[in-house]
Amino acid sequence: MSVGWTGVRSWLLLLPLLAVMTLIIGWPLIETVRISFTDARLVGGESHWVGLANFSKVLASPQFHQVLWTTILFVLISVTAEVVLGVLAALLLDQQFVGRSFLRALMILPWALPTVVNATMWRLIYNPDFGAFNALLTQTGLIADYRSWLGETQTALYAVCLADVWKNFPLVALIALAALQSVPRELKAAAIIDGAGPLARFRTVTLPYLAGPLTVAIVLRMIEAFKVFDIIWVMTRGGPANSTRTVSIFVYQEAFSFQHAGTGASAALMVVLISAVLISTYVTMLRRQSEIR
Amino acid sequence: MLGKTRTLLLSAAVLSGALMGSSGGHAETALNALFMSQAAYSEDDVRAMTADFMKEHPDIKVNLEFVPYEGLRDKTLLAQGAGSGFDVVLFDVIWPAEFAQNKVLRDVTDRVTPDMNKGVLPGAWTTVEYSGKRYGMPWILDTKYLFYNTEMLSKAGFSAPPKTWTELQEQAKAIKQKGIVEYPIVWSWAQAEAAICDYTTLVAANQGQFFDSSGKPAFQKGGGLEALTYMLNTEVEGLSNPHSREYLEEDVRRVFSSGQAAFALNWTYMYNLANDPKESQVAGKVGVAPAPGVEGKTEASAVNGSMGLGITTTSKHPDEAWTYITYMTSKPVQEKYARLSLPIWAASYTEPSVTKGQEPLVAAAQKSLGLMFPRPTTPKYQELSTALQQAIQSTLQKSESPEQALQSAAQSAGGL
Repeated sequence: MSVGWTGVRSWLLLLPLLAVMTLIIGWPLIETVRISFTDARLVGGESHWVGLANFSKVLASPQFHQVLWTTILFVLISVTAEVVLGVLAALLLDQQFVGRSFLRALMILPWALPTVVNATMWRLIYNPDFGAFNALLTQTGLIADYRSWLGETQTALYAVCLADVWKNFPLVALIALAALQSVPRELKAAAIIDGAGPLARFRTVTLPYLAGPLTVAIVLRMIEAFKVFDIIWVMTRGGPANSTRTVSIFVYQEAFSFQHAGTGASAALMVVLISAVLISTYVTMLRRQSEIR
Repeated sequence: MLGKTRTLLLSAAVLSGALMGSSGGHAETALNALFMSQAAYSEDDVRAMTADFMKEHPDIKVNLEFVPYEGLRDKTLLAQGAGSGFDVVLFDVIWPAEFAQNKVLRDVTDRVTPDMNKGVLPGAWTTVEYSGKRYGMPWILDTKYLFYNTEMLSKAGFSAPPKTWTELQEQAKAIKQKGIVEYPIVWSWAQAEAAICDYTTLVAANQGQFFDSSGKPAFQKGGGLEALTYMLNTEVEGLSNPHSREYLEEDVRRVFSSGQAAFALNWTYMYNLANDPKESQVAGKVGVAPAPGVEGKTEASAVNGSMGLGITTTSKHPDEAWTYITYMTSKPVQEKYARLSLPIWAASYTEPSVTKGQEPLVAAAQKSLGLMFPRPTTPKYQELSTALQQAIQSTLQKSESPEQALQSAAQSAGGL
């Protein structure tokens, strides 16, 4: 009886929050779904039911294929680099040395920076006339002339990826560092006594503790990277020659620049769908991890 | 319980009375106005003009908001979509078609007085017109001029700026060969509207067309194709700064002002800034001329890059908004702030207060403003512009030939 009442009371207490969440998250989502089946425009005019026409139009569009591929490339390059750098940084910061706490605090800075600030900063670093990146590479003799890193199709996407990696690898590093601290000291000591080298120790002792949290970090970063908009919009606006145009920029241009709210919404829903797959992977992993514990 | 309710009601009444009292005292109308903080009038100029207006009209309060040009259209549309927001908006010459069709701007044809009609330069009116109606007052009268570094030209042995685009290419070659500057020409070719403005100037020079008389795309042949081919050639020959592909107007100004280019195509506002020693290392060496023409076709070329001020359909104070617009676009105000943007009034061009100290600019303007070539007037302009930006960029990146790139842009434009 009392359990029943607790259940009812919990729901009652949750009700205001649920109502607010339905309003803030549910309603726009339902509206987006509704609009995606119509030929609605952003401003003015009536909208009509068009069934799945928007979805088939988007799926058949070579432009959508191109932006999808660019997005996947962006996700693969950025997340891989972030994970490798993040783990290396975490391993380093897990060692005992003077100034460790200071470095740990310092490392959070890039991650705490607003994306727009980070993007503007990297635009300046890449500036073809006075950018620090060009200065560094010419002064060390790696390139002969200043280059337009964001103005060339061959380099623009990688340049944006680097800016994204710089901002986001600290998140991976933080998660990895937390995991590293849960590795029992006795285990490490035992491995050393048994004569295991650094690589063998990393593989057999550290990695099993790192794997779970790291997968979570990877999935989180993938979801974020898949939706990327702001850093690209500020740095290149999708250029040069659409070489950095991602799915979110496609959605934005469809819905807002071209006022095709219908096709924009349907493309947005496809992004949601892909994100949902990633999120469900994330949740499954979280659950599996807690089961292990 | 009853006592509590009574107290509550009483305090609510007192509170609402106090609120009404505070707003009722002045009978003040508040207008929200949206401007851009980029090129033409500076933010400080617009604030100063508005402050003077509020002094003259103490019953009207104008709240100003500034966004970069890139955000101006979306901000206007989204505020409209939300059904609230701005009373007065700054709009670009390429938007009236879209704004009229979507009922964003009010038709103000009947508000324009015969004096305004007569006094404003005829070319300026095209900025605010669509389907024979007017959707605002022209305010920023602007086109792209050819700026040149007089010292570099004379070092290379030229006494006058080029009259044709071919001549410009020859002068640039000579300047490069003499080692005066590595890349003599700088443009704003980033994947943005700025690239379309440079392209349109060249289309106008080559007597090209965006659409033929039957409404079919025509930029993929004739003058339109020649324009893009010219852009590519100057890049291949090493005459155009290759970084132009990521430059916007402010980058062009910076490169030219730091003495890294002999020629630049840019808006009016660059003239006085490039001649300001605080902003520029080439102050006093800046020449300005109409953008060149093409031999046997045109004497000079110009793109219509003007902007207007309009009243939104959602505004609850259209009369006050119009009072504000007529003040901002009035002859005395425009003449007072003529350093960064030239007036829309024909008579202003002989006023010493306007011409003094910028005689070369005014002389160039008198020729260019009469030639201003429009970008296509279509409600789907954004899609066309995006397709063209892509075509220009893939040509300049050498991933497609000008023919291929413009052909595919024409195909997508044909489907609009």
